[in-house]
Formats: sequence, C-alpha cells, structure tokens
Amino acid sequence: MKNFRENLMHMVFFLCALTSIFAVVLICIFLFANGVPAMKEIGLLDFLTGAKWKPGNDIYGILPMILGSLYITAGAIVIGVPIGLLTAVFMAFYCPKKLYGLLKPCTELLAGIPSIVYGFFGMVIIVPAVRAVAGVFGADISGSSILAASILLGIMILPTIIGVSEAALRAVPMSYYEGAVAMGARHERAIFTVMVPAAKSGVLAGIVLGIGRAIGETMAVIMVAGNQPRLTGSMLKGIRTMTANIVLEMGYATGLHREALIATGVVLFVFILLINLAFSVLKRRKEA
Amino acid sequence: MENKIEIHNMNLHYGDFHALHDINLDIKENEITAFIGPSGCGKSTLLRSLNRMNDLVENCRITGDIMLDGQDIYKNCDVNLLRRRVGMVFQKPNPFPMSIYDNIAYGPRTHGIKSRVQLDEIVETSLKRAAIWEETKDNLKKSALSMSGGQQQRICIARALAADPEVLLMDEPTSALDPISTAKIEDLVLELKKDYTIVMVTHNMQQATRVSDTTAFFLLGDMIEVDDTEKLFSMPSDKRTEDYITGRFG
Repeated sequence: MKNFRENLMHMVFFLCALTSIFAVVLICIFLFANGVPAMKEIGLLDFLTGAKWKPGNDIYGILPMILGSLYITAGAIVIGVPIGLLTAVFMAFYCPKKLYGLLKPCTELLAGIPSIVYGFFGMVIIVPAVRAVAGVFGADISGSSILAASILLGIMILPTIIGVSEAALRAVPMSYYEGAVAMGARHERAIFTVMVPAAKSGVLAGIVLGIGRAIGETMAVIMVAGNQPRLTGSMLKGIRTMTANIVLEMGYATGLHREALIATGVVLFVFILLINLAFSVLKRRKEA
Repeated sequence: MENKIEIHNMNLHYGDFHALHDINLDIKENEITAFIGPSGCGKSTLLRSLNRMNDLVENCRITGDIMLDGQDIYKNCDVNLLRRRVGMVFQKPNPFPMSIYDNIAYGPRTHGIKSRVQLDEIVETSLKRAAIWEETKDNLKKSALSMSGGQQQRICIARALAADPEVLLMDEPTSALDPISTAKIEDLVLELKKDYTIVMVTHNMQQATRVSDTTAFFLLGDMIEVDDTEKLFSMPSDKRTEDYITGRFG
C-alpha cells in the first residue's frame, strides 16, 4: 500500500515536471511548423536580409526588425550594464545596512513593475525628454526613437543585472578581499582588481539574462520606439523591433503575411535560444 | 636586538566582549615570535591588530598602544602604508583567482610600480625567496588556483614578500597543509627571519619549538607568559603554561 502511494506521488511529480517540457516542445513545433513554410516561400535569404517590409505588396524582409531589436538591445546594455554593475558593487561592498534595507526592495520592485507601466513612463517622461534635448540641438523629432527605447530598456534590465551580479559578488570569498587589503590595497582597489574580476562569469551571466529580457520585451518598446520598419543609423529615429512587428500586425494578418509574422517569431526564438545557451555555458564555467 | 613592535596595555573589545586584557609585549627585530594557546584565546585577534585587519570587524574597539618602530599604528597612521610594512599570510591559502605572476605583482602594482622589467624582477626574487621559483618559473601565466595547497601557501608568502614588508604576520600558516609542505614552510620561515621580523600564530607546539625564538602563551584573552622559546617549553614559570604545554588541556 505504502509502495503504491509512493509510486503514485512519484508519477504526479513526474507529470508536473513533464508539463514544462511538453510546453516547450509544443511551442517549438507550433513555431517551426507555421514559420518555416513561410520562410521557404519567401526565400530564407530574402526573408532575413530583405530591407523592405511591405505586406501589401507581398514583400517580407525583416532585416530592419532584426537590426531594430539588436540596436535597442545594444543600447539597453550600454546604459543598463554600467549602472547595474556599479549598483551591485555598491550593494555588496559599500552600502550601509540601513540603506540596504531600502535599496534591495526597491531594485526588486523594479523587476515587478508591469512592462505596460514602464511603457507609460517612457511615453510620458523619456520620449518628451529626448524630444526636448534634441530640440536644444536644433533637431525637430517626435522623440519616439532608438534612444528612448534604449534608455527605457536599460532601466528595465537593471533588476536582472543587479540581482545576479550582486549574488555573484557576494559569493566571492572574503579571504580574497582580506588578502588584497593586507597588502595595503585600498577598499576600492581590492574590490575592482580582485573581487569584481573573481565574480566575472556570474556578472556576465547577469548581463546575458538582461540581454534576453531586452530582446524579448514588447509592450514597453512599442510605446516608445516609433515602430517604423526601416533601416536607420540614427539613434534619434524611430525603429521597429521583431516583437513589435508581430504584435502590431498579427491582429489583421492573413495568409502569407500571418505566416511571415510567425516566422519572425522563429527568428526571435533562435536568438533567445542562443542567449540561453550562452547563459548556461557561463553558469557551467562558474561552477567548474 | 631592537624591539620592532611594542604593545602597551592593549585591550580589545568586540562589542561587549572583552577579547584581550591588558596585553604588554615586545616583539624583537629579525626574530620569530610565536603565539600559542588554545582556540579562542585571542592570539589570532592580537596578530590581526598588528596590521589593523581588525578594522574590518564591526564594533571592534582597541585601547592602549601598539608601536611599530616607536610610532603608534592606531594614531595618525596611514593604514594602507602600515599594511605594506606589515604583511600577512593567512591560515587558508588565499591566492587570487588570477595567474601566479599577477598574484605576486599585485602588491607592487598596488604601490605604483608599472615597469614590466621591474615587476619581472620582483616576481622572480619573491618567488625565489619563498622557495617556489623552481616549481613555477615555467608557468607563471598559469592560474595560481591550479597549484597544490602547499604551493599556494608559498605563493601567498611570495605575494606578501613582493609588497616589500618589514614584518610578516603568519596566522597558522601550515594548519591546512600536509607534513611535507609544512616542513618546507618552516624551513622557509627560518630562512626569512634574516631579513624580516616574523610573528606566527600556531596551534602546533612542536612547530613553535622548531622555529621560534620567543614564545608567548595566551589563555582566555590574557597573555600568561612570554619568554625565550627554549625556556618557556622547558621551565615555564606559570602553572597554566606548564599544564598547556604538557597537554593537560587545550
């Protein structure tokens, strides 16, 4: 009887665990089954490197969107990584206990804010600010731009980078720190020449997770990026990301158009897979 | 011999806990002074006061004087300069997770030496002095963490020497090592006393007799007795010292 109950519970746990595997497999099948035929019909090369996206004329090139996602993600990294890493350093090695009690929940709350709320914040604060600053330099723009989206995403990835980096920094043995100060190194020298390098792979893992979050972000980006499907090199111009492309057009798309949007999802999915791969490689290196 | 370090009426509190009571002790130049005593007697705490590593401990309060070459290290003293003059080797080998070369060069670089030629020379002499040059000269670029425990500890000694100290504090430097590595470190320490003043905390009384010139015995925060090592171990003047060294407790 006891054995039966144990076996039963074993099965229950196993089924629960299967659910997530099952979901991933189903998503993969759905995405590839619907997206790959469209890629074939359009031609993989034309699809990935085509500079024009004109569904009305059956022209489906998603290069502008791929670059849009990459630009905005890169911008978010440039803004979010230095701030996030230095915040983590502050929290792990400088912060007085009382302030930590306030700062830590704040960074955690930052992670819990819905992206639509970030979007509003971007629309109401960041976009007008970008417009105003550009106006000072004589540029007349709407403000919805790569720059605005990068700033907003840079803020959104802060909690990920701070959380993972801080944990990595705290995991570095204090004996390294003691060894450095015992040779006459100042606090900040010991931290930046010994502790931070020792936490390198953990910090990199945090950055990679942040990239994953940035490239997959949709709602907030739509509200500040302008969403024009075009190739541009200017940070002050609007751009469309892969995620935005799907959301904006999925509602009315039919036929090949619809399949092309799903194929856009496939490309995004491949990006995310690569990022996850990088993350697990980094994690394994940390454990080794 | 001159006194390198003089400790007068020194008391140390961790919060409400009175960890060291009225310590008076002279440490002579170019000698090896050993601190012995059971766990928790305060010997490591005293050692860490000599280069102000206790500053890192919250609520640690020190009264009395500790003089290095006649200058009070707790008054008007640049702590980073102090720690450059008073180097330290820890109980557990703690090489940084970087190459052997970068480990040794850390101290000199901290003190502003940038010339590659100069650094190369310091690295070589330090590794030679720590008797680990032969084992490392062909792979200075290798991670220091890939070496064995005994080699790591000698790298740590070399790293401390590279910062060009006058005093070397050693906190049970062999307690994590095997007997062969221990013997190597002991030989090394005896060799080093020509040029450095060495203070060593040890749990191992044979080690104290083998290497030290002077031994101080601590018990529950008091320094019970200090004397020539030979005399302290053959004719201790305090009953408690005798009980400890004959193995009646501790």
